[in-house]
Amino acid sequence: MIDTTENAAKTPDHPQPWAELGLRANEYERVRDILGRRPTNAELAMYSVMWSEHCSYKSSKVHLRRFGEQSQVTPVGKLLAGIGENAGVVDIGNGLAVTFKAESHNHPSYVEPYQGAATGVGGIVRDILAMGARPVGVMDSLRFGPLDADDTQRVLPGVVAGVGGYGNCLGLPNIGGEVVFDPSYAGNPLVNALCVGVMRHEDLHLAKASGVGNQVILYGARTGGDGIGGASILASETFESEGPVKRPSVQVGDPFMEKLLIECTLELFAAEIIAGIQDFGAAGLSCATSELASAGEGGMHVVLDRVPLRDSTLAPEEILMSESQERMMAVVEPADVERFMKICAKWDVQADVVGEVNASGRLTIEWRGETIVDVPPRTVAHDGPVYERPFARPDWQDALQAASPAHLARPSTGDDLRATLLRMVGSPNLCSRAWVTDQYDRYVLGNTVLAQPEDAGVLRIDEASGLGIALSLDANGRYAKLDPYTGTQLALAEAYRNVAVTGARPVAVTNCLNFGSPEDPDVMWQFAEAVRGLADGCQELGTPVTGGNVSLYNQTAETAIHPTPVVGVLGVIDDVSRRIPSGFRTPGHIIYLLGGTRDEFGGSEWANVVHGHLGGLPPAVDFGAEKALADILHSAAGDGMIAAAHDVSDGGVAQALVESVLRHGVGARVWVPGGLDPFVFLFSESTARVIVAVPHPDEVRFTGMCAARGYPHERIGVVDDEGVLDVQGQFSVGIDELRRAHEETLPAAFAE
Amino acid sequence: MTIGVVTFPGSLDDSDALRAVRIASGDAVSLWHGDADLRGVDAVVLPGGFSYGDYLRCGAIARFAPIMEPLIDAARGGMPILGICNGFQVLCEAHLLPGALVRNDHRKFVCRDQRLRIENASTAWTSSYEDGQEIVIPLKNGEGGFVADDATLDRLEGEGRVVARYLECNPNGSYRDIAGVANERGNVVGLMPHPEHAVETLTGPSTDGLGFFTSVLMSMAAA
Repeated sequence: MIDTTENAAKTPDHPQPWAELGLRANEYERVRDILGRRPTNAELAMYSVMWSEHCSYKSSKVHLRRFGEQSQVTPVGKLLAGIGENAGVVDIGNGLAVTFKAESHNHPSYVEPYQGAATGVGGIVRDILAMGARPVGVMDSLRFGPLDADDTQRVLPGVVAGVGGYGNCLGLPNIGGEVVFDPSYAGNPLVNALCVGVMRHEDLHLAKASGVGNQVILYGARTGGDGIGGASILASETFESEGPVKRPSVQVGDPFMEKLLIECTLELFAAEIIAGIQDFGAAGLSCATSELASAGEGGMHVVLDRVPLRDSTLAPEEILMSESQERMMAVVEPADVERFMKICAKWDVQADVVGEVNASGRLTIEWRGETIVDVPPRTVAHDGPVYERPFARPDWQDALQAASPAHLARPSTGDDLRATLLRMVGSPNLCSRAWVTDQYDRYVLGNTVLAQPEDAGVLRIDEASGLGIALSLDANGRYAKLDPYTGTQLALAEAYRNVAVTGARPVAVTNCLNFGSPEDPDVMWQFAEAVRGLADGCQELGTPVTGGNVSLYNQTAETAIHPTPVVGVLGVIDDVSRRIPSGFRTPGHIIYLLGGTRDEFGGSEWANVVHGHLGGLPPAVDFGAEKALADILHSAAGDGMIAAAHDVSDGGVAQALVESVLRHGVGARVWVPGGLDPFVFLFSESTARVIVAVPHPDEVRFTGMCAARGYPHERIGVVDDEGVLDVQGQFSVGIDELRRAHEETLPAAFAE
Repeated sequence: MTIGVVTFPGSLDDSDALRAVRIASGDAVSLWHGDADLRGVDAVVLPGGFSYGDYLRCGAIARFAPIMEPLIDAARGGMPILGICNGFQVLCEAHLLPGALVRNDHRKFVCRDQRLRIENASTAWTSSYEDGQEIVIPLKNGEGGFVADDATLDRLEGEGRVVARYLECNPNGSYRDIAGVANERGNVVGLMPHPEHAVETLTGPSTDGLGFFTSVLMSMAAA
């Protein structure tokens, strides 16, 4: 029997599975208050999914407001769209704009690694497409349990194959990201995907359904039974449904369909026949219809029978909640519908008119001729519950910070330093990522100027002028565990610096905030501190947060993941031919270390690898220094003064030197600067530092510029072709031995 | 001299192939899979990608696209045709080239800068190179393992129809390290690696791939 609105009004006491659908008693009561009756099953499905943490940000909203209160001006101008839209849009000049956003797909990737990761990429790509942009690149930030854990063997290869399988088939270059191992992610791997897109200013599209009489068109894949784990409760436990009782809760992706959807949508944009557009992500039709309707003039009628199905046994509640991938919804003027259909037919994309915009102020949905949904759309999409969750500094935080790494045994002889270096460069978090990144296409579209293992990805945007962008995605859960405020700022500082070393000017920020349960005051404190840290940091750097994503409940029983705020920074580079690569290439170039080195080992990779230690305070952040450093790199790139630049972060100067010599297989002679302990020089993780290679003829000009700006710069070595990394007076190690140590770890771990 | 580049649903490197033609000073023309019309071009590139999602078998559906009819006729008439990656798979499915491409032996997608040796510098697409010249161009495939029976492989070797061979590492399990082959006449060439991604120093590992495009432009100018 169909649960109509009429029926719901007549049967107020009919029991409903609101708790099983994740609603709280007070939330269910609120739905009843809004409607003035009990919800129909279809309405209950919509409210429950749209008011979930994932869709409503009900625990995080009060904190995220900080981002919106900030200046929305970047170093290259005002944002064209900011917080609140599908993704932020940055004006990069030449009439072009860039939009970028990251999103988590953590839980699905744990349940079904390949499809979970693949659909994570697919979802974020549609977000970017829905802004009116052509997607031009992806990145991914991945975190797993220990490298040697059995479950990592199951999860990692699937996730990597899924990211690659979807992105490669879509024809989007993968230009960077991270892979991190830590016991805190065992059982809660993190899969965060970022997409960046480009549009002309006039092509910016925002999601809204305006214009009474306009047609609502669903196009793309047919709707199936995937991704409706929640709704199947309704279907199987409250109805006498004859359909399959339980369905998979993880969606299945079809990148080929998405590629067609991209090309088709871009042609529709070019034909100027889209009045409003919305991608389908979490909550499927429930989300798309309620968001479109509430952002427009407020009324929409949908005939659910017109939704093309893969599975004809689906109940209306399931159709509303299905998260089948590769679908979009457009609002089109009646006169343009025929042209719309023609373009879809050219790309073999199915399209159906499923509804119409009206002036009713209500979202109504009919099924088999009867009304099953009649709601004010804003109450579904935007007026969900907002919680002021209690938060408090954990009582263990002081003890953690007091457990300083100062007492840990340090290598003291040259031989000890050598052994430490080899152990570090082959450790899971510092070893070569090639086993992972070689499964991603970085060349497609022909505009990739830099990609992994470079510090940031750089894409050419305009072939005529050479205008381009740089992107980096960074986080450090260990730092954030020690101090979530500073740890988040450290992630921001690193991403900012990674963009700066390419010679680009950092301009805007996105984020993906991964935390444990918001119902735990400890976790909520970490979250609040992270948001405060990021907001304050962005303010100081002048790079606004343009949007972001929150993933909570990343925990197993009482154990939460390390707080893991992943920060993405976008940079603009006027001429990509001026970009600075990271690898040393030319013997005779002089190596400089920019920035001051302090004895900072709290949360360091050295403490992790050698002592399994996490305690003390993370390195200090100095945004003034980061800005000064970025200015130096930007100027030096513009003047062609530096041949290579590499960020110093995890693993310190030693790791940066190793990566720089291995890139092109050259050698280097390095000396420890006067006054610095060799161990501190090599392995400290002090911030605002990079190593650069300067051609001899440019040396005086370069050091003069650093001196004029009062930035610490120390001549620490010279590139040579001896095939050895020689730290004078301490040790030397052959490039071949270094390469083996650095490159063998992941292939050995995942040998088949 | 005009070179057409076919876009199938799911083609990905079509814009790159068009760019490579332009950089080689040719006139680049887009061709659509659904049109049984080569629009008067002098040569055709079938680009990389996942035509029709690679469903059923790589290239198996694209081989029946309307554009393939005039293309197969033109190929038999001597028109230079280059199939790159997915395009190579389409040419094999269309029986314009022998053998087949199967899943990489290590069963993972692989993207790397690959060293090759040009084994035959007399085809329409390789005349800008020297016999035995080594080049480095990107390779990226999931199903790039070239296979054929021994008799076919022996014939290909004997007739000089192995166009390029992998050096240093066989990235996908191709028999006899074969990266590319030609038909008997040498006008149709299939290549698994991607020369169109190595035409600019800024975006490629080298500009070694440009030779494929300059070769065909020169051979057509000479004809």
